[in-house]
Amino acid sequence: MSRPIIRFKDFTFKYRSQKEPTLKNINLTIHEGEKVLIVGPSGSGKSTLAHCINGLVPFAYEGDITGSLTINNEETKELDIFSISKYVGTVLQDPDGQFIGLSVGEDIAFSLENDCVEQQEMKEQVVDISKLIDMENKLHASLHELSGGQKQRVSLGGVMVDDVDILLFDEPLANLDPATGKHAIELIHDIQQQMNKTVIIIEHRLEDVLHCPVDRVIVINDGEIVSDTTPDELLSSTVLESSNIREPLYVKALKYAGCQITPELRPSHIDTLKIDQCKEKVLAWYESSEQQKPIKKTAPILSMENVSFGYRDGESTIKNVSFSIDQGEIVSIVGKNGAGKSTLAKLICGFEKVDTGKIYYHDQEITNDTIHDRAEKIGIVMQNPNHMISKHMIFDEVSLGLVTRGVPEAEIKQRVEDTLKICGLYPFRNWPISALSFGQKKRVTIASILVLEPEVIILDEPTAGQDFKHYTEIMEFLLELNKRGITILMVTHDMHLMLEYTPRAIVIADGQIIADRSAVEVLTDHELVEQANLKETSLFTLALRAGIDEPIEFVNRFIAYDREVRKIWP
Amino acid sequence: MAVEMLSYIEKNSPVHRLSGATKLIVFLLWSSAAMLTYDTRVLLFLFVISITIFWLSKVALRDVAFVLIFILIFLLLNNIAIYLFSPQEGVSIYGTSHVLFEIAGRYNVTLEQLFYQFNITLKYFVVIPAALLFIVTTHPSEFAASLNRIGVSYKIAYAVSLALRYIPDIQRDFRTISQAQQARGIDLSRNEKFFTRIKNAISIILPLILSSLDRIEVISNAMELRGFGKKKKRTWYSAKPFRRSDYITIFVSVIIFILSVIITFYDGSRFYNPFL
Amino acid sequence: MNRGLAIRTVVAIGIGAAVYVILGRFAAIPTPVPNTSIHTTFAFLALMSVIFGPLAGGLIGLIGHALLDAISYGSIWWSWVVISGFVGLFIGYGAKKFNIDIESGVFGKKEIISFNLIQIVVQLVGWGLLAPTLDILIYVEPNLKVFVQGITAAASNIVTVGVIGTLLLVAYAKTRSQSDSLTKE
Repeated sequence: MSRPIIRFKDFTFKYRSQKEPTLKNINLTIHEGEKVLIVGPSGSGKSTLAHCINGLVPFAYEGDITGSLTINNEETKELDIFSISKYVGTVLQDPDGQFIGLSVGEDIAFSLENDCVEQQEMKEQVVDISKLIDMENKLHASLHELSGGQKQRVSLGGVMVDDVDILLFDEPLANLDPATGKHAIELIHDIQQQMNKTVIIIEHRLEDVLHCPVDRVIVINDGEIVSDTTPDELLSSTVLESSNIREPLYVKALKYAGCQITPELRPSHIDTLKIDQCKEKVLAWYESSEQQKPIKKTAPILSMENVSFGYRDGESTIKNVSFSIDQGEIVSIVGKNGAGKSTLAKLICGFEKVDTGKIYYHDQEITNDTIHDRAEKIGIVMQNPNHMISKHMIFDEVSLGLVTRGVPEAEIKQRVEDTLKICGLYPFRNWPISALSFGQKKRVTIASILVLEPEVIILDEPTAGQDFKHYTEIMEFLLELNKRGITILMVTHDMHLMLEYTPRAIVIADGQIIADRSAVEVLTDHELVEQANLKETSLFTLALRAGIDEPIEFVNRFIAYDREVRKIWP
Repeated sequence: MAVEMLSYIEKNSPVHRLSGATKLIVFLLWSSAAMLTYDTRVLLFLFVISITIFWLSKVALRDVAFVLIFILIFLLLNNIAIYLFSPQEGVSIYGTSHVLFEIAGRYNVTLEQLFYQFNITLKYFVVIPAALLFIVTTHPSEFAASLNRIGVSYKIAYAVSLALRYIPDIQRDFRTISQAQQARGIDLSRNEKFFTRIKNAISIILPLILSSLDRIEVISNAMELRGFGKKKKRTWYSAKPFRRSDYITIFVSVIIFILSVIITFYDGSRFYNPFL
Repeated sequence: MNRGLAIRTVVAIGIGAAVYVILGRFAAIPTPVPNTSIHTTFAFLALMSVIFGPLAGGLIGLIGHALLDAISYGSIWWSWVVISGFVGLFIGYGAKKFNIDIESGVFGKKEIISFNLIQIVVQLVGWGLLAPTLDILIYVEPNLKVFVQGITAAASNIVTVGVIGTLLLVAYAKTRSQSDSLTKE
């Protein structure tokens, strides 16, 4: 094995503002040229671990360190953040925050500028790097002209330009649609192979990262390393389950079918998996599981007829869209970044006015109703809860919409308390919002919409940035609301979400509806998947490889079974 | 909320080809000259040059029309205000009074007042083309480099660049937040009671501020990780190197500036007095 | 490791100026007095000056106001731009002098009073005295006119910062306070 490049020894770190250490007694060695994945639920300390490696801890976030961390045999405490950044290049999770230049070229050059490199030399280096990340034709483009994947490639270019040895990716998949995420993982892999870099990826989406091989997976939970082994070994253990990390779906299916997963099965990728030994068990499980009943149709609650819309004259973001949602449905709206999903949601809520076409609520036309009027029928929950929260106390935040509508005080109290109970926030009702976690804040924003008693709720990326546990919590909660009769629409690019929770999916590409079918059918249709930048589910591949004649039904049965299992989680 | 904002207009013209730093220097000299002088001859001379350069820049008038209309309205109101507050200002400056006609009391119309207000307006007309041109012919990328070149600390120059970079993002946040709050019944413009309107404003401003403070955190980290502030200097990817035309332009501007100051203060007064 | 302006301050100036522009452009509240608006952006400026200190406050005012003028009017009214910088600078300076430590989460009666004393004095001098003086020096506009304008602006901005600015500071301070004594009910 090659020489160690990062070495944690009995390393403990406590943030200044906290009582307990976030990282406890970490012992970890990463070797030159290795590709390592670090997974862990939210709050496990995995981001802190990343900050230790790139120097933000302790130089930007102060705290107490015991033990040692060396990079290239140098003790990091004795370096400064600039020297560390010569070894470690970090691609941050939020591309809008990392992209600070006004154009692609400028952003790639940022670190060269700080090093006082002469302009001519700088321009040459930027061109070289831009070829590597396939952006050489976009050097003059500004951030706003780029797709999510391109932004991330620029971020990567911006750190590669320093010729660092170690590339650190902090949740690289968080802001990408599934197909783009897949390409990102492939690009990272290519660069690691070609240039022999050490690559560290922090993610909780294990299956997506394992799309390309990694040498080791480190599982961190509660500030401690609970596993440090190869992907094949890890998937054969029970560590993931006990750390609340989602296992690859095909692995889960194999486990449900009663297969013993061992490293010899090569379970780290669906294509390398030796399925033959499991085939019979999978078939038997399929035969024995229940067939799923189709959902009954009810009356339409929301429909759009030939709606077109453009933000500017001559531009059309939404082109002649028609669909109808029935009362009590859960529907996901999916498609590429920028395909028009969010615009569609805004049109439904009246944030934007349609150019042509009509919108109906039950039988009543609401095309010209104001935002305010529609809010009592259709509520929208924004992706970022911080964009909605304006009060200090939970009670005040949730009651805001009622107060502005002049509802009597006694009724407000009653309605808010009822809503808080539904949302599981009642015990916190007198807490300041700033004391809540991100997921709890999300609930507060849902509660503040719910209190207006809309019959339809639209959620923009309801589970973005959530780990598996919080994802399940939020989605089960939404399902609960749905059982109370609320119709739910979700704009998302989370394949798991759409597969598991939304029986029906509307697929949008270039402002048009290209499919309106069951989510399982969408995710097993190769052509649709390509067109809308989605990703085929590995369950489908598993079913095919196991020789099941009705792979779609297999996926259906798995989803239903899995949800039952997860319901009895602690 | 499709409010137009003035921004860079791509054209291939001699003005566009100049380095941003040159344009900044010229703009500053030009503004200073126009601020200092009240000499009608100097102002007219500067005005003619301003218009000529504007024409050279190939910027179409209609691209900046929305701004010009706004300025014209402002100037009109300003002129009315000046007259209402001080109808005899011209008389006291120029020392004579050629009454054209009387209105009421101290409100009459004198040649001196007209001439004085003509000069004020002319001052704006000298500065406006220069300012407009500087804004629409300098690429934002070059802006920070230009500031740094004329001696502004690179950190402050970069702060300006950050502001330009993030204005669209903040605008989008603002829009999202105000839409979300409108759905809950919060509105700034409607005929709410005044105090309610203030409370509503806070419901929109506060989330914007708090999310912007989060942004500061993320961006600071990103910049720190990429070595910002490491050295006492920094180079600029987008800086345009000085060429001969830049030196000539600066030289000519300095001469014009000096001449206008000399002519203006030659007789000890900032005003040119045709009434003597 | 002191290398002059801290990165966080640089970024605060940049983002602060951007927010200044957006609030100045889109978040003016019409008042019952015709043709006058409450410029919420000055309340934001005061908040930033208290959080990030005089230098950041001054530069946010200066850069923000200059950019706002430039992109909305295509010209820069230097006299008023300079005063925005002045107001940002001295509210930040005053807050420091009076030991207002907003990050500690304390912003009670005492701090509210000192903050408002500071902002009243600073804005009265800025808008009421310096801005008109600059207008006279630069444009030789009539004294009466510019002073009436200045006093009106001073009054309106003092009220804005006094009401909205104070409320923003109180709200911000609350987000800073540690709340470890919370129990579920």
